[in-house]
Amino acid sequence: MSEADTRSYTVRLELVDEPGELLGALEPIAENGGNLLSIFHERGNVTPRGHIPVEVDLEATEVQFDVIVEALRDAGVNIIRAGAERYGAELTVVLVGHLVETDLSDTLQRFRDCGGVSVADFSLSAPAGTEGPSSARLRLVASEQQTHAALSTVRSIAEEKDLRVIEPLMEVFG
Amino acid sequence: MRLAVVGVGAVGASVVELAGEYGHEVVAVADSTGGAVDDSGLYADAVFDRKRTEGTVGDADPESVFDADYDVLVEATPTTLGDAEPGFSHVRRALADDRHVVLANKGPVAERYDELRTLEAESAGTVLFEATVGGAIPVLSTIADLNGQVTAARGILNGTANFILSRMAAEGLGYEHVLAEAQDLGVAEADPTFDVEGTDAALKCVILSNVLYEDSYTLADAEVEGIADLPGSALELAAEDGRTIRLVGEVSPDGVRVGPRLVAENGTLAVSGTLNIVQLETTHAGRLNISGRGAGGPETASAVLADIGRLPDTV
Repeated sequence: MSEADTRSYTVRLELVDEPGELLGALEPIAENGGNLLSIFHERGNVTPRGHIPVEVDLEATEVQFDVIVEALRDAGVNIIRAGAERYGAELTVVLVGHLVETDLSDTLQRFRDCGGVSVADFSLSAPAGTEGPSSARLRLVASEQQTHAALSTVRSIAEEKDLRVIEPLMEVFG
Repeated sequence: MRLAVVGVGAVGASVVELAGEYGHEVVAVADSTGGAVDDSGLYADAVFDRKRTEGTVGDADPESVFDADYDVLVEATPTTLGDAEPGFSHVRRALADDRHVVLANKGPVAERYDELRTLEAESAGTVLFEATVGGAIPVLSTIADLNGQVTAARGILNGTANFILSRMAAEGLGYEHVLAEAQDLGVAEADPTFDVEGTDAALKCVILSNVLYEDSYTLADAEVEGIADLPGSALELAAEDGRTIRLVGEVSPDGVRVGPRLVAENGTLAVSGTLNIVQLETTHAGRLNISGRGAGGPETASAVLADIGRLPDTV
């Protein structure tokens, strides 16, 4: 069981420029077992809404991190990004099948064309050569709220080309 | 409680063996070919000696267990799909006689849930089935304790598939190789279809869904994809991003889904080997994680015996 495994997380927050705001944002982290590593308070860099972006690096277990994010939200802190893999708009999928024979460049192009999604990273593993089945990992970056749409695109392209999709676990849970 | 145990595989045999430690008495046992009944209590050793030497637990008709003076029927025959027989008939018979039933057999709960509940409602007996989901892990009793506050569940519910995926990721080995190793170790059955095709995990998810949403889902309602023939390269690529692949079952109001999913390599869901984990999403308490041994004779028998302890004393 990996409960005891702590990992580092980066949370990007947006704070109102008022005294006490930063402390209010850090308290939920400390109170829920997070270990603060660094705080980057970008005072000179105001967001379009006139708020101050703050980047906090912390260590926590996955369970603690979930609780921290929830506590921050409950405290009314605006979270821009919390841990790339779950709350961000990045989405990693693995495709398995005859990727090369089913026109890999067309597959990639279709992701680019579907709007709101771009392929940030791609790697292919074809140990059996181009004839055999291969695997590909795609890291897609979707604009906010577009991750579900991106996943639907992946599913429909995969179905059409008879590829297997190994999806990430999405936070549709609950 | 006086127990009648039907099915003497790993789980049934462990129930017979451990019943005494939990303060219960076994008065009847049956396997597929024979039965043994003794209202003054059966000795586990004698039952197993006989099974070993003669291939059956006794000379009596297997049906004779239902004539015994028992309080609880422990149904531990193999899980079957579709009509869930003969398990379902055993349950019907016991409930018709106003006895309690504790199931280790997933079939009746996953495939004929509404009929099961109807029979229970007409009987003075109670039906419990903790052992059918996650073996030793108290999943269903936790859900019951939370009194309608669990909104969704997901987890790693098949140890064989999990063992294969953990080994593939850790050793960079291919599916066939690891499967053969798992069979040598006795982790995988000679016919591993039920586990690697996702059927076993899906049945458990269907049971969770029936309990959570008081509906009557069956395997046919679940979207199921297994791990058979997954190439090692898929796990290697996942590792490039700090992820690994696990066979995850998801139960939500949208339905039941089982399939290989990318999870964080060091995350809570990436339990290794044959461990199982269940995550429950609750209304007021966020997420609960419960992990432990999801299979094995004594482990699963402990869930059966815990259920027996929860039954009302008098029928």
